[in-house]
Amino acid sequence: MANPLIQLEALSCERDERVLFSGLDLSVFAGDVIQIEGPNGSGKTTLLRVLTTTSADFSGEIRWLGQPLSKARLDYLNNLLYIGHLPGIKKGLTPGENLRWFCGLNQGHQRMSMEEALAAVGLAGYEDVPCYQLSAGQNRRVALARLYLTPARVWILDEPFTAIDKQGVANLEKLMAEHAAGGGCVLLTTHQELDLAGVRKVNLLGYRQVRS
Amino acid sequence: MSGRAAGIDDSLQAQATPVPGLWPGFWATLRRDLLLAFRHRGEMANPILFFLMVITMVPLGISPEKAVLAMLAPGMLWVVALLATLLSLDGLFRSDFEDGTLEQLLIAPQPLYFQVLAKVLVHWLTSGLPLTLMAPLLGVMLSLPEGGYGVLVLSLLLGTASLSLIGSIGAALTVALRKGGLLLSLIILPLYVPVLIFGASAVTSVVEGFPASGQLAILGAFLATSIVLAPLAAAGALRISVNG
Repeated sequence: MANPLIQLEALSCERDERVLFSGLDLSVFAGDVIQIEGPNGSGKTTLLRVLTTTSADFSGEIRWLGQPLSKARLDYLNNLLYIGHLPGIKKGLTPGENLRWFCGLNQGHQRMSMEEALAAVGLAGYEDVPCYQLSAGQNRRVALARLYLTPARVWILDEPFTAIDKQGVANLEKLMAEHAAGGGCVLLTTHQELDLAGVRKVNLLGYRQVRS
Repeated sequence: MSGRAAGIDDSLQAQATPVPGLWPGFWATLRRDLLLAFRHRGEMANPILFFLMVITMVPLGISPEKAVLAMLAPGMLWVVALLATLLSLDGLFRSDFEDGTLEQLLIAPQPLYFQVLAKVLVHWLTSGLPLTLMAPLLGVMLSLPEGGYGVLVLSLLLGTASLSLIGSIGAALTVALRKGGLLLSLIILPLYVPVLIFGASAVTSVVEGFPASGQLAILGAFLATSIVLAPLAAAGALRISVNG
């Protein structure tokens, strides 16, 4: 068995004195696409926030390549890409300027130029248009363009398909499949059915893991 | 699955993700915030207009008498510069919090200290520095005696930088609160008092013919301490705010 990238051991979260889930054990391997399931309020976003290290309200252990996260934090963050509910896009800047900031923060090798990444999400020709003039879906696509640029192995995506059209969803699914095949892993929440082979589903409602 | 994944795993381990540089991250945030400040020029002008308006009102409201104004000038200029800084602090992290870029900043593989420092530097460049540069002009309106201008600029230069740095702690603590404005002032004002006392007293001293080097040295010490400590405290406060 290969070593897991991320290992969750007996992870429990509570919010406002209500236990959202407890005893969650999960190993995320290279090549995995994991869909976190559960009704609204079951703790999907909380789990993802815990995994991005922005939330510390949990008990249990998270390991990155076998090491506790507290010791391997920088290496983990260096390999992490998170797109949350809020796209993290500055409305006053153009898509190109937004991406340049992300590339400056995460000095990874860029896999393609910013123009190519924007073209890949269907925003060719919008490089110099301020984001406040773009639609909600287009703003979302600016954030998703980071997926084409990043060398990060772990993608954590919270409702990535919000406001994205059918063709965009198909492209995104293809990109996730390529990423997984290339040795990365994807953790995402969505209420849509994914059109991907080998998606593992984790239902938070049962606090148990269901393989499909 | 495991056998195939193992092969991929080893090949990827060999090409490790490059570690990001400190300065590129610092410049990226500095550049982005300067660009944003430039795009929102109207908001940027707010504290400066406030400074200008209040100082213009003083001779009209109190007395146009030269002797009275000269006595008030050092303290008045300093108090209004402080309030103008306070006015602009609320927005330091708020817009980043609202559009999710603050979250991205927290999980970037960068020391948060330098990211906060970059943001505070932009805040100072767009509020403290223009206030300092405008102060001599307003000094003339308040008939500040001749010898006071150099020290006024120097004390404001050191002082407003400290004010921006100290203020970032309060802005970070209140960023997640919907109406944090009042709380921010309550947290920050007591911390501003020493800076105000030494800043205003530096100008008063030199106007009265005494040296101001002591007060300026203390202002410098405030600045040095707050450069080292304030971004650390603000970074910690940001993590707590976003966590909640």
